Amino acid sequence: MSAPILTTEGLEMRFALPTHFLSREKPVLHALNGVSIAIAEGESFCVVGESGCGKTTLGRAIMGLLKPSAGSIHFRGQRIDGMDEAARKPIRAQMQMVFQNPYASLNPRRTVFDTLSEPLRHLQPGLGRAELRERIEAVLAATGCDPSWLRKLPHEFSGGQRQRIAIARALVTNPAFIVADEPISALDVSIQAQTLNLMTDLQAERGLTYMFITHDLSVVEHFATRVAVMYLGRVMELAPVEAIFRAPRHPYTQLLLSAIPRLEGGSFAQTAAPGELPDPVNMPPGCPFAPRCPKAQARCRADRPDLRDVTGTAVACHFPA
Amino acid sequence: MISARAFTTRFLGDPVAICAGTVALVLVLMAATAPLIAPQNPYDLMQLDIMDSEMPPSWMPGGDPRFLLGTDAQGRGVLSTIMYGTGISLLIGLGAVAVQGVIGVTLGLVAGYRGGWIDSFLMRLADIQLSLSTLMMAIIALAIFQTAFGAATYSQLAIPILIAVIGIAEWPKFARTVRASVLAEKKKEYVDAARVIGLPARLVMFRHILPNTLTPVLVISTIQVAEAIMIEASLSFLGLGMPVERPSLGSLIRSGFEFIFSGSWWITLYPALVLIALILALNLLGDWLRDTLNPKLRRGED
Repeated sequence: MSAPILTTEGLEMRFALPTHFLSREKPVLHALNGVSIAIAEGESFCVVGESGCGKTTLGRAIMGLLKPSAGSIHFRGQRIDGMDEAARKPIRAQMQMVFQNPYASLNPRRTVFDTLSEPLRHLQPGLGRAELRERIEAVLAATGCDPSWLRKLPHEFSGGQRQRIAIARALVTNPAFIVADEPISALDVSIQAQTLNLMTDLQAERGLTYMFITHDLSVVEHFATRVAVMYLGRVMELAPVEAIFRAPRHPYTQLLLSAIPRLEGGSFAQTAAPGELPDPVNMPPGCPFAPRCPKAQARCRADRPDLRDVTGTAVACHFPA
Repeated sequence: MISARAFTTRFLGDPVAICAGTVALVLVLMAATAPLIAPQNPYDLMQLDIMDSEMPPSWMPGGDPRFLLGTDAQGRGVLSTIMYGTGISLLIGLGAVAVQGVIGVTLGLVAGYRGGWIDSFLMRLADIQLSLSTLMMAIIALAIFQTAFGAATYSQLAIPILIAVIGIAEWPKFARTVRASVLAEKKKEYVDAARVIGLPARLVMFRHILPNTLTPVLVISTIQVAEAIMIEASLSFLGLGMPVERPSLGSLIRSGFEFIFSGSWWITLYPALVLIALILALNLLGDWLRDTLNPKLRRGED
C-alpha cells in the first residue's frame, strides 16, 4: 500500500444539544468517537453504516465543513484541521466533495458556467478568461456533459444530469481526493449505474482517490477497494472489500450483510436482529453494539473493544469471528 | 422561480392585477412628470395669488377654469399640489423601503447564517423594535429633529429625515422575512459546496444565499412602500412630516382639514382619494405578487 493521502487520528465530533439556558445538564451528542482511518492514494475507500452512524459527519469533518472536537486530520502529511484559510487554499483545490442530493447541491439561480467557474475563480485566481473556459469545457467533456449546458440553469436538467454537473464541479480544480456523500442514493436506479461507471472511469483517467459514503452494500461490493463499517460514531471493522464480503469478522458487519436482499435463500427467513440503536447521547459503557449483538457477553457490556488488527482486517470486537 | 413570460401571462390574466397596476402606473407617471403637466407650480410663490384661495372645483358655482379641483387656503391649485405631493409621498415611500431593505436584509442574512448569539441578539433587537409603535418612535424622533434644527432647516431636510426615520423604524419586517428564508436555504447542499472551496462567509451569504431569498423580499417591499407612504401621511397629518410649503399627500389632507367645516371640503377630499387609490393599488399588487411567486399556489403553468 502506498503512502496514505488522507489520515484521521482519534477524530471526535461532539454536538451540544439545544437546552434551556438555565438547565444544568449539558447533553452532548457524540457523532464521532475516535475515528482513525488512513486512505491510500488511488483507492476507493467506502464508509458504510446505518443512518446516524456518523459517516456523513466524518466526510464533512474531513472536508472542513465541521470543526472536529478532538483528533487530527492529515492530508499528504500536512495537518489540515484548524489550518488557517490562506494556508488551506491550495489544499482545498486538492480535495473536493460530491453531495447526495443533486436537486439541492446546485444553486438554482446560477448557470452551469457560474457554478463550474466559481471553484476555479476562488482557488486559482490567476486564470485568464480563455483558460477558465478551456478548463471548464474540458471537465464537461470528461463528465459527459454537453457544452451547450453552460448557459442553462439547474432546473433545466434531470437528476442524473445534475449529478454529472456536480461531479464536474468537484473535478474542475483537478483534485486528487474526492469525498462522495451518497452520490447516487437520490438518483433513479438506471442512472445510478451510469453515475458509478462515470466515477470509476474518471478514477482510472485521473488517478482519483475516493472516499465513498453509502449505505448501499451492493454498491460497495462493486466499487470499493477497502471498506470501513461504522456504528454509532466508531469504526467497527475495516478491511479490504473481498474480506468484508467473504469473511466478515464483526457481528455487526455480519448483520449488515445478512440484510442484503438476495435472490436465492432470501433474508426474510432469518429472524430480525433484536434491539435498537442505543441513545447516542447517553452511550452505554461497553461495546456500542452489545445491546443488539447475538454474541454479547458480560465483558462486552462493561469493556469497550478497540479497533485492532486480526489477520489483515481490523475489528473492534472482543470475540471476532 | 417563475419565468418572465409566465409572469406577464399571469399578470394579464388577472383583472385585479391589471387595475392595480394601471392605477399605480398612472399615479407614478403623474408624479414623475408633474413639473411638465401640472397647471401651476405650487412651489413658485410668484404664481400664487391670495385672492385665488379656497376656490371650489371649476364645475361648481364660483369655480375658476384654471383650477380644476379648486384651490387651497394659500391659493394653490389642488390638482397641481396633488401631482407634486404624490411625488414626494412616493419618494419617501421608496426611499424608506430602500433603507429598510438594506438594513433588514443585511441583518436578517447575518442573523440567519451565523446563528447562535448573533442571531439571538439581532432578533431580540427586532422584537424590541416591533413592540414599539413605528408612529410613536417617528413622532419622538421628528419632534426632536424639529426642535434641534429649527423649522427652516427642518423643512429643507424633511425628506431625508423622514426616509431615515421610517426606514430605521421598520427594518425588522425585512430582517425576519430574510432570516426565515436563510434558515431554510443555508441547510441546502449548494451552500456546503460553496464552503468546501473555502469561500468566505460574506461571499457565501451575499452571492449564494441572498439571491435565493429575494422573492419574499420583493413581495414585502411592495407592501412596505404602501406602509411607508401611510406612515409619512400620518406624520404629516400630525404636523411632523412634510412642511406646508412642500406638501406631501398627508400634509395636503391636513392643510384642508381645518377648512372642512367652513365648506371647503375639496382641499382634503381629493388628496385623500389619491392617497387611498395609491395605497390600495400597491397593496393589491403586493398581494398579487405574493400569490404569483408562491410556488405552492402555482398550478403548473410554467
